[in-house]
Amino acid sequence: MTALSSPMHSSASPAAPIAPVIEVRGLRTHFTGETGIIRAVDGVDLHVRAGECLGLVGESGCGKTITALSLVRLVSPPGRIAAGEILYDGRDLVKASEADLLALRGDRISMIFQQPKASLNPVIQIGWQVAELFCHHRGMARRAAWLEAVELLKAVGLPAAERKALAYPHELSGGQAQRVMIAMALALKPRLLIADEPTTALDVTVQAQILHLLRGLCRDFGTALILVTHDLGVVAETADRVAVMYAGQIVETADVVPLFAQPAHPYTRGLLHSMPVQGRRRDRLDAIPGSVPPPGLTMAGCRFAPRCSFAFERCHAEPPPLVGLPDGRQARCWLAIPEPTRSRSHSDDVARPGQPD
Amino acid sequence: MTHQTTPGTLAPAGTVDHRPRRSGLIRILRRLARHRSGRIGGAAVLVIILMAAFGSLLVPYAPLKIDMAHRLLPPGASHWFGTDELGRDLLSRVIFGARYLLLVGVYSTAIAFGGGVLLGLLAVAGGGWTDMLVMRLVDIMLAFPYVLLLLAIIAALGPSLTTAMVAVGIAGIPGYARLVRGEALSVREREYVDAMRVLGAGTLRITLGTILPSILPALVIYTSYVMPLAVLSASALSFLGLGAQPPLPEWGAMLVSSRSFLATAWWVVAAPGMAIFLSILGLNLFGNALRDVLDPKHS
Repeated sequence: MTALSSPMHSSASPAAPIAPVIEVRGLRTHFTGETGIIRAVDGVDLHVRAGECLGLVGESGCGKTITALSLVRLVSPPGRIAAGEILYDGRDLVKASEADLLALRGDRISMIFQQPKASLNPVIQIGWQVAELFCHHRGMARRAAWLEAVELLKAVGLPAAERKALAYPHELSGGQAQRVMIAMALALKPRLLIADEPTTALDVTVQAQILHLLRGLCRDFGTALILVTHDLGVVAETADRVAVMYAGQIVETADVVPLFAQPAHPYTRGLLHSMPVQGRRRDRLDAIPGSVPPPGLTMAGCRFAPRCSFAFERCHAEPPPLVGLPDGRQARCWLAIPEPTRSRSHSDDVARPGQPD
Repeated sequence: MTHQTTPGTLAPAGTVDHRPRRSGLIRILRRLARHRSGRIGGAAVLVIILMAAFGSLLVPYAPLKIDMAHRLLPPGASHWFGTDELGRDLLSRVIFGARYLLLVGVYSTAIAFGGGVLLGLLAVAGGGWTDMLVMRLVDIMLAFPYVLLLLAIIAALGPSLTTAMVAVGIAGIPGYARLVRGEALSVREREYVDAMRVLGAGTLRITLGTILPSILPALVIYTSYVMPLAVLSASALSFLGLGAQPPLPEWGAMLVSSRSFLATAWWVVAAPGMAIFLSILGLNLFGNALRDVLDPKHS
């Protein structure tokens, strides 16, 4: 398991010594459909620092992929970013021009996807696909770019890199293809890498290798990593800090160890309990009852309340804010608020009272 | 290095397939040579090209030379295909006509190809309103009856061989535009195009660098259908007096001026008629072979 690399991670306040590479504030991404507006991402705040790995966790349809795509401004219509700021280098990417974004993507901000083989152009040799990036973003000559690409393919552990560089994607295994994708995404040493379920399509045996590689390279390059996944095992192994998403909102953020040891939000607790534990035999897993509310639905109270075994009246009536807890943790739950302060309205720096419904 | 990794597969050196890859064009030509109708069609195309290129060296007589003493001679030793009503040698005229066929085929198809690709890619790259406008324009062009569209263009530009080529070319644009748009849309939705976008490729680079090359085989196959049709259309226009004008030895134009002698001198019509028939047949056979060779789904 990866150790927590920096003591700085224990503090999540914006005034921490290392400024975040990217900071998202109040991000809302909406899809306009025939049935009305669907709030796929509904007020997400997050940040990552250089060399840090943030795990963005949640079940299918909770908005984690849309959050990731919003960060690179590649949500396609009818989706659009309705509100919020994405601060990178003092600039708000939500307002950035297309030309600025083109220069950033692949160079300063990069992304890899779930299906590595489908993400490579099937008719171009992989070496050239990597070399292309050096030619395009760095203006390198083809020969020099090729040599650089082969070096990079070696660095990501592609066996017989000089020869494999001449291969087409269909000649690679899934793990090899994901190594190539990692090489492409990290070719220009970006400051932020978003990995959307990078190991989901891979064999379990290859998963650990790929995660290890990804984490190691990001740490070497000082690249901030946002790891989008539904797999808590992957998060435990790779992330420094975790943000748990539910129904378009972040319901809990914490460093990885405390989160697993002591989840503050009932949903996180439910997720942890529904994981099979190796070597321990249980008759059945503790599934969370019910299912995710449909994204078009508007609810008066907490979105998790209908499935929550701890819910009380207030949960159904009033949406809880994201509450700051000791050690830089946050949770969106009325129960997480310490008893004396629970009654009065909470004005945490990141707390945003539920959206007007 | 801290990112010490174990290679995913431990392939011993030398097991990786490292044969030099033959360039695509040579591979395609080889496969065409193995294909039966590819051989026949290819031979026909080659003959047309040779006739067009070296016609002036091959012809026994000047194609425009009038010789009233030897008019309407049947095929024989001195005039293999016979002579027409003005005593011109039909073999010479048929050989000379090949260059007009090639000219018409290449230029009108190029106009259709270029215009169609431009409009189709514009629609895909622009999306939204641009897409709507371009495709409605294409629909309007398709709504015109083909011949009427040709006649309208010729009426505007005046009848000549050039006009016929341009008209046939323009009339071919909407077909290409639709094909390009459809194919390009399906390529654009592939995941690797998304991946390219994430890595900083803009719409222009994706459209020209990725989408266009990957729809090229489909375009080549379509062209193999369109080109014979274009040649035939231009010949038909010449026959109607709207394309090449006599005394130009264009095959369609040759048919018109001699059709009144059909009853007494069949060869006058047979020579250009057979030339048109055989060359279109050859082009079609070649096109079919090309489709078989290029389309992996068509074994």
